[in-house]
Amino acid sequence: MLETFQNLLSFLPAELVQLLWIVVKILAIALPVMGAVAYLTLAERKVIGYIQVRIGPNRVGPRGLLQPIADGLKLMMKETIIPTKANRVLFLIAPVLTFAPAITAFAVVPFDEGLVLADIDASLLFILAITSMGVYGIIIAGWASNSKYALLGALRSAAQIVSYEIAMGFALVCVLMAGGSLNLTDIVNAQQGSILHWFWLPLLPMFLVYFIAGVAETNRAPFDVAEGESEIVAGFHVEYSAMTFSVFFLAEYSAMILIALLTSLMFLGGWLSPFQGIPVLEELFAWVPGLVWLILKTSVFLFLYLWFRATFPRYRYDQIMRLGWKVFIPLTIVWIVVLGFLILGEVGPWFD
Amino acid sequence: MNAELLLFYLFSGIAVLAAGMVITIRNPVHAALFLVLTFFASAGVWLLLEAEFLAVTLVLVYVGAVMVLFLFVIMMLDINLVPLREGFTKYLPVGSLIAFVLVLEIALIVGPERFGLEAMPAPPGAPEDYSNTKELGRLLYTTYVYPFELAAVLLVVAIVAAIALTLRPKRQSRFVPPEEQIKVRKKDRLRVVKMSAEKKK
Repeated sequence: MLETFQNLLSFLPAELVQLLWIVVKILAIALPVMGAVAYLTLAERKVIGYIQVRIGPNRVGPRGLLQPIADGLKLMMKETIIPTKANRVLFLIAPVLTFAPAITAFAVVPFDEGLVLADIDASLLFILAITSMGVYGIIIAGWASNSKYALLGALRSAAQIVSYEIAMGFALVCVLMAGGSLNLTDIVNAQQGSILHWFWLPLLPMFLVYFIAGVAETNRAPFDVAEGESEIVAGFHVEYSAMTFSVFFLAEYSAMILIALLTSLMFLGGWLSPFQGIPVLEELFAWVPGLVWLILKTSVFLFLYLWFRATFPRYRYDQIMRLGWKVFIPLTIVWIVVLGFLILGEVGPWFD
Repeated sequence: MNAELLLFYLFSGIAVLAAGMVITIRNPVHAALFLVLTFFASAGVWLLLEAEFLAVTLVLVYVGAVMVLFLFVIMMLDINLVPLREGFTKYLPVGSLIAFVLVLEIALIVGPERFGLEAMPAPPGAPEDYSNTKELGRLLYTTYVYPFELAAVLLVVAIVAAIALTLRPKRQSRFVPPEEQIKVRKKDRLRVVKMSAEKKK
């Protein structure tokens, strides 16, 4: 593929072709992610609709399948309102600052063996660092809007994200200890064997902590106090309209996809087939590409996100903080020690 | 000019510009954001030095946590900007003298005679399978294990001190311990009253 691309653009200097090729790869990741985001919003409305015994959107296109496109067009046509006393520059930069980290993190996510844009050595650290930047967009949005609701939402969100990042980081420490690497491809390959070799089993508490912290990090229900429509209207993005609002929306949903992807990569064996090691089924499903397994596993977690939203009432703010600081952080620290002993004792089938 | 050099000038240019803006810009929130940009650009420079772990940790710790709390505080304080701008001309001579001395000291120590290319040639590029994280970890837990542990102890002491300073013995807010909350049973709170429907006369 690279050769045909190079031949096609042979009139350009080689470095430029290289650069263009990377841009093509970026588009090959970013565009499907955007498509997934669009249809995740539809899935959310449909799933919650059915949970609440409604049909959900069903007017635009067959069975409402064109609804996200209609929504996108509508948002593009609307007027971007900038509040009079808002800080114009920061007000407009804020959505970009939330969106950019959410999408940048996909650069190091492997979708299959070797199917990764930048196979860097410390990809896990990179993801942790880049996703921790997303909070700036929220804080700046809250401050630049010059609105009390927005500022309150931003402060809540900042405190929550900073608190849960610690638990998330410790859970990742466990993953890197178990995988013996900071590289996501190596971590997935360390889970080779069977469904019992995946890290969800030796790291079961971390698996739960990571996913719950991920829900909290993305400001989703039941941890969505940053938006809290019943208390502070819509939180940090209350003053945003049209495309500026939809960029926040895109960022939130791509962050959800990212968390779901990472959870399946780190704890559920990524692109490894769940039938590995089972005599007949393994051959029967050998033709399924790894990407399909990864997408299926990711969808399970995305469904969980929607299910949580339809099921759980919102956490009280002090209890969110308690859960993060007094439950998750001690739990993760204890598990690091336990895991150390498991690795030292070469407990099978994971660490022998 | 190769791409690496170009990137170096880009990142260091941004770092210097942003650092200048931190001290000259008037709005404190903007200043904090420029400081974030400075950190980010420095992380880029460190990446070019093949110190990925340090670069990523700089972003993770300073950009992702410390500066968030900084911004948090600055936004909560409604700073009156007027007194901050007062006395600029009064302090200018002393300030510029101190700045000049500082720059001179830095130039004398990290000047070209000690850190020039002759005194300290550029190290050869690391091989492809070199892992900065692994090397740092190895050094920290073997050669420098005592200083490393001492730093950890120091941090723990600081944490304990910070908590001891801010801990209020008497709770000002109303608080119910969650372990008592979950003991609540339906029969303690809820009484179902059975009564016959009233008849319309």
